[in-house]
Amino acid sequence: MKLNDAIFGLLLLVLGIAVLAIVQGYPKIPGQQVGPALFPGLIAVALCVCGAILLVRGWRDRASVPWIQAGPWIRSPSHLLAFCTVIAGVVFYILASEKLGFLITSTVVLAALMWALRVSPGRSVLIAVVASLAIHFAFYKLLRVPLPWGVLTPYAW
Amino acid sequence: MSAALAQAFSMVFDPYTLMVMVIASLYGLFVGAVPGLSATMAVALLVPVTFFMAPIPAIAAMVTATAMAIFSGDIPGCLLRIPGTPASAAYTDEAFAMTRKGEAEVALGAGLVFSAVGGLFGTAVLILASPALADFALHFSSFEYFWLVLLGLTCAVFISSDRPLKGVVTLMLGLLVACVGLGNPAGFPRFTFGNTEMTGGIGMIPMMIGMFAISEVVRYAVDTLPPAELAVEKVGSVLKGQWALAKKYPVQILRGSSLGTLVGALPGAGADIAAWMSYAMSKKFSKEPEKFGTGHVEGIVESGSANNSALAGAWIPALVFGIPGDSITAIVIGVLYMKNLNPGPTLFTTNPQNIYAVFMLFVIANIIMIPLGILCIKVAKRILRVPRNVLMPLILLFCIVGTFAINNSLFDVGVMLAAGVVAYLLEENGFPTAPAILGVVLGGMLEENFITSMIKSDGNLMSFVTRPIAASLAVVSVLVWVAPLLRRLLRSRGPAPVGS
Repeated sequence: MKLNDAIFGLLLLVLGIAVLAIVQGYPKIPGQQVGPALFPGLIAVALCVCGAILLVRGWRDRASVPWIQAGPWIRSPSHLLAFCTVIAGVVFYILASEKLGFLITSTVVLAALMWALRVSPGRSVLIAVVASLAIHFAFYKLLRVPLPWGVLTPYAW
Repeated sequence: MSAALAQAFSMVFDPYTLMVMVIASLYGLFVGAVPGLSATMAVALLVPVTFFMAPIPAIAAMVTATAMAIFSGDIPGCLLRIPGTPASAAYTDEAFAMTRKGEAEVALGAGLVFSAVGGLFGTAVLILASPALADFALHFSSFEYFWLVLLGLTCAVFISSDRPLKGVVTLMLGLLVACVGLGNPAGFPRFTFGNTEMTGGIGMIPMMIGMFAISEVVRYAVDTLPPAELAVEKVGSVLKGQWALAKKYPVQILRGSSLGTLVGALPGAGADIAAWMSYAMSKKFSKEPEKFGTGHVEGIVESGSANNSALAGAWIPALVFGIPGDSITAIVIGVLYMKNLNPGPTLFTTNPQNIYAVFMLFVIANIIMIPLGILCIKVAKRILRVPRNVLMPLILLFCIVGTFAINNSLFDVGVMLAAGVVAYLLEENGFPTAPAILGVVLGGMLEENFITSMIKSDGNLMSFVTRPIAASLAVVSVLVWVAPLLRRLLRSRGPAPVGS
C-alpha cells in the first residue's frame, strides 16, 4: 500500500508537535542546563522539519502521485483475507491465550492462517495440532517458558 | 594471552557448541535458500532460542546461521531467479542467465567457494583490526563516543539509502522509540503513559522480531506474484573449475572482499549493499564489461565474496564500540547485552577469551560452509519445494512464542505486531528500516554520552571539539551531512569541476 508523501509528512508533523507538547511538562534538573526533555525535544523538532518537507513535496506532486495507491492484493479477496488473518491471528493470540491456553489458541491461529493461505482444511488442522504440540514441547518442557494452559489447566502435563 | 586462547579453544570445541554450530548451519542454509526469508530474519528468530544458551554457543549459532544464509541465498537466485536473501539480489539475474546457458554448477560453485573466501578475508580483517581499534578506543571519553555514535547514525542514513530524507525520518523514529521508559540519564519516565510495561522501555528483541520476521510474513501474505518455476532438474559437481576461476580473478576476489569488509564495517550498510556496490565496481573495472548480464561469472565471484566478507566486517564496530555495522549485528548487540557481554573496548581487555572464541567461530563457520553448502545444493530442489503457505504460519507462531519467551509478556507480542506492520508500511513507501534499528540500538548511548559531556564541560559546546579525535570525528560527521547539499549546489551552478 503506497501513500503519498504528504500523508506521511502530516503524520510526522502531528507526532513531532505531540512530542514537543508532552516534553514541556518534564522536570528540569536543578543546576543543569540539560534535562530529560532536551533529547526527545530535539528529535521532535527534526521530525517536524522532515514532516514539513515531505508535506510540501507530496503536495507539489499530488497531480502525479495519488493519495493512496493500494497494491494489487487489495482487489484480490484471497490476499486480503490472508493479510487480515495474519493481523487478526496475533491479536487473537494476545487476547485469548491466557483464557483458552496456548494449545487451543495456537491451533486456531495456525489452522486459520494456513486455511487462509489455501492449504486444504484437513491438512491445515492436522499440521496446526502437530505443530502446536511440538512448539509447546520445545518451549514449555525444554526451555521452561510458562506458556499458559488456560481452560486446559486440569489436564496440564 | 595463551591462557585465554586455550580457554577460547575449549569453549569453541566443546561438543555442545559444535553441535549448535551444525544445527545452526543447516537452519541458516534452509532459511537463506527459501525466498522471502532473509539472513536477518534467521538471526531474529534465533534470539529466543539463544536466550537459553551460554554466551559462546549463542554467538556460535548466530555467526554460523548468518554466514550460511548469505551463501544459500544464491541458490534460489540461480535456480528460480528469485534471490533467497536481499544480499544475493545484486547478481541474481547474472546467475540465472548462467543457469540458462547450462552453467548452474559454475554459478552455484562460485557463490559457495567465494562466499567462504570472502568470509575468511573479512574474518582476517576482524582479527587484525579490532584489537588494535579497541586499544585505541580505550582512551575515548564521552566526547569521542558522542561523535562516534553520531557518525555511525549519519552513515546509516546516507549510505543505506538513496533517499536521505526518508532515512532521517526512520532514524528519528528509532531514536524516539529509544527514549521511552526510565532508561535516561535523569531516570525520568518518558512516554510511558502510566503503563508499567513501558517503564522499562520498548523491548528491542520483540521490535526486531517484528521488523524482520513479521513484516516478511505480511509481505508473503499480500504477494500476488505467481510462484516461480525451477529452471534446472539436476545440478552436477559444483567445485569443478573453481580453482581455475580463483586463478583467473584474484584481483576481483581481493577487491570484492575488501570493499565488502569496509561496507560491512560502516554502520547501517550490510551484505546487500556490499553486493550491489561490488557488482557495480566489478563491471566498471572489468576487461569485458559487455559480458555482464549475459551469464558472466566475474561479477558473481566479486560480489559473492563481498557479501560474506561484509558479515564479518560488521562485527568490527559492533564488538569494539557497540555500534552495529548492519541489522544483523544490531540484533547480536541486543543478545550480547542480555548475556552481560556488553560490547566495547573493555571486552577485549577483561574477557579476551570471549573475543578469541568469536574469531575462531568465524573461521570455523566459513570453513564448514563448503561441505555443508554442497550438501545444501544437492537437496536444493527439495528445499525450494517446501510449501511456503505452511511454513509462514509456523514462522508467525514461532515469532509469537519466541517474543513471549523473552519476558513472558503479552505486551511484547503486541510490540512485535506493531513493529512488523509499521516496518512493512514504511518499506513499501521507500523508507529504509536500517536507520530505525540503529536509532533504537544507539539512542540511549547517544543521549547518555551527550548529557555526560554537557555535564563535564558545564554546558560549553566548544569542548565537544577541543579534543583532537573528537574534533576529527565531528568534521567527518558534518562533512557527510553537508556533502549531498554541496554536490547539489555545485551542480546547479553549472558543470562540476574536474576531478569531483
